[in-house]
Amino acid sequence: MALPTYASPLERVWHYAYLVICGLIFFFLIAPIVVIIPLSFNVQPYFTFTDKMLSFDPEGYSLRWYRSLLTFGMQNPNAEGLAWWADAWNNAHWVKAAKNSIIIGFFSTILATVLGTLAALGLSRPEMPFRRAIMAILISPMIVPLIITATGMFFFYSNPCSILGWFGLPTNCGRLAGTYLGVILAHATLGIPFVIITVTATLVGFDQSLNRAAASLGANPRTTFFRVTMPLIMPGVISGALFAFVTSFDEVVAVLFIAGPDQQTIPRQMWNGIREQISPAILAVATLLVLFSIALLTTVELLRRRSERIRGVTPR
Amino acid sequence: MANALDPHAAIATTASGAPDGPLRTADGKPLARALARSQARAKRRAFWLVLPLLAFILLTFAIPIGQMLQRSFYNAGFSDNMPQLSQWFAENPRGTDPDEAAWTALAQDLQASAEARTIGTVGTRINYDVPGTRSLFTSTGRQVRRGVEPPYQAALLEIDEKWGEPRLWSAMREASNPVTTNFYLASVDRTRNDQGEIVKVPERQQIYGTLFARTFWLSLLITATTFILGFPIAHLLATLPMRKSNLLMILVLLPFWTSLLVRTTSWMVLLQQQGVINDILVWLGLIGNSQRLQMIYNQTGTIIAMTHILLPFMVLPLYSVMRTINPSYVRAARSLGATSWTAFRRVYFPQTLPGLGAGALLVFILAVGYYITPALVGGSSGQLISNMIAMHMTDTLNWSMAAALASLLLGAVLILYWLYDKLVGIDNLKLG
Repeated sequence: MALPTYASPLERVWHYAYLVICGLIFFFLIAPIVVIIPLSFNVQPYFTFTDKMLSFDPEGYSLRWYRSLLTFGMQNPNAEGLAWWADAWNNAHWVKAAKNSIIIGFFSTILATVLGTLAALGLSRPEMPFRRAIMAILISPMIVPLIITATGMFFFYSNPCSILGWFGLPTNCGRLAGTYLGVILAHATLGIPFVIITVTATLVGFDQSLNRAAASLGANPRTTFFRVTMPLIMPGVISGALFAFVTSFDEVVAVLFIAGPDQQTIPRQMWNGIREQISPAILAVATLLVLFSIALLTTVELLRRRSERIRGVTPR
Repeated sequence: MANALDPHAAIATTASGAPDGPLRTADGKPLARALARSQARAKRRAFWLVLPLLAFILLTFAIPIGQMLQRSFYNAGFSDNMPQLSQWFAENPRGTDPDEAAWTALAQDLQASAEARTIGTVGTRINYDVPGTRSLFTSTGRQVRRGVEPPYQAALLEIDEKWGEPRLWSAMREASNPVTTNFYLASVDRTRNDQGEIVKVPERQQIYGTLFARTFWLSLLITATTFILGFPIAHLLATLPMRKSNLLMILVLLPFWTSLLVRTTSWMVLLQQQGVINDILVWLGLIGNSQRLQMIYNQTGTIIAMTHILLPFMVLPLYSVMRTINPSYVRAARSLGATSWTAFRRVYFPQTLPGLGAGALLVFILAVGYYITPALVGGSSGQLISNMIAMHMTDTLNWSMAAALASLLLGAVLILYWLYDKLVGIDNLKLG
């Protein structure tokens, strides 16, 4: 992006103006995420920098909001030592929400990754019939507005057997709404498009003759898959799984509509916090989530590079 | 004749035995048929891999949405619980004044429905069309249960004279057929008058048209701002050397990976009247302490926060197209005497159009259905159609209305999705 030697003075001015503009846009992108980190250490229950914070006075900073994440919902916040931690682990609302998010995220990711990878393998075969139409259907959970998906699920999951009525069978067999299974199924559905997209992208660069070579050397399809295909597409599968996990970990609309009081997740708890009494405790959670996304982003970047290296694609 | 070194000749002669017959496989089947069979098998195999997921999506996604859409034109809340009156409506054409038979049917249905505790459902259904009638049904139901004497017309009018209103009877006639277009009419600000004709609702109640228009207008605006902000940085990322652009790319990808609620919360913190931006403006002396700007809980808040959230969806497709543009085209244009502006406008920009189309469509599709951010930072003027659907689902409990609005929104999104597939191709959708 160096300026050519023949650039006129006006072009030079414009070039530097352009760099400044780009800098401002990057600032716009990143500043809102960075600014909440120091604010979460605020001693005061305010959402702005106090004078003490600006003068870097240690008294202006504290961990009280992080502590409040653990104490909120505890039965006896004044207990000592191990009892305090046990209480936090069992009763604190945010801890409970974190446990739920991890359980739901884990199982929905497994479901989405297994089904999505199988389907991506099928979709990337040249002989797949109706490829485009099927792909469009499988990607649609990402495109259809979440509120519509959640509304549909709200009705269906409160009586999933209603479809048995078409076959003249009894139409009452319990609910999915308000159960872990319901939320897991919903989140798996929402995560599937991401798995499909990442795994098909990996398979585009996959050399099908490797499979044929394995077969010609006597490997049966299963051995071929586990010993040849799988190791090569693994980075794509893992980043697809991470995408699915993040989708579940960040999802609130479906949870609002189909989860019961036992399935409150972190985003759901944040939603409550923002709508009812917004306190810097929300910023403490947000800071933890930002650190979490930095970790995920790093993992995905490393995986992408690894995948390019194994496939012999040199980084551009 | 057959060259011993030519493998094809060897197959043809040894397998079929006759050099001029159709080509055959080693076990003697015609090659064409064997090929067709093996291709069909490969097709089936590929399909079997996709089938589990297809069934899963159908069950957890397509059927629920289909069922929800059914509610937009099918509501049996009245007809199931008021069978006799529905029967009377079916037998007597529109315009017939209710006779004693109709009043008898009404009274008996009200009594049966009140005893079965379904009168609330009936009242709710009529309440959608004639506001304020739910309580009429429930209170009359209670009194009818205690016993009424014929003639029923007089008895019911005695309980509440609202029963004589033609508008109520017209609404009950509409509701006696479970299949109805009324919810769609309502979602485009139309209603039926006493004669059953379709008319516009009074101007003050025309909320849905305004809301649809606002949703599309704000989405367009957000698409435009993401383009204005996204184009320069995509260009910078695409022209910088790989090492530097990878570093800067993190600044685009980090927001993309950060929780939506976190980003929305940050904007709430920044834009509040006692928030960081207002503090800075006051400190700089640009505004007085008493004139702090209202930048949140209105359309401004929705636009700023959604632009920030959707910006990566514009930058990533633009970037991937711009990377493939050969820089020698612009150099050639310059060497032929074009100014830098002409070279950009006539040579560079047209080549970015595929990425621009992909990004703009994606941003617009996502913006049209946005719910969380407008709900949190939009106040009342920044609400979109999704928020109205949510309101009908959770507050007014008019589920049929929510379904009708949802189906209109879904229709719009599917058209855009189809367009995206035609212009860009779903295969080209990339993440990160």
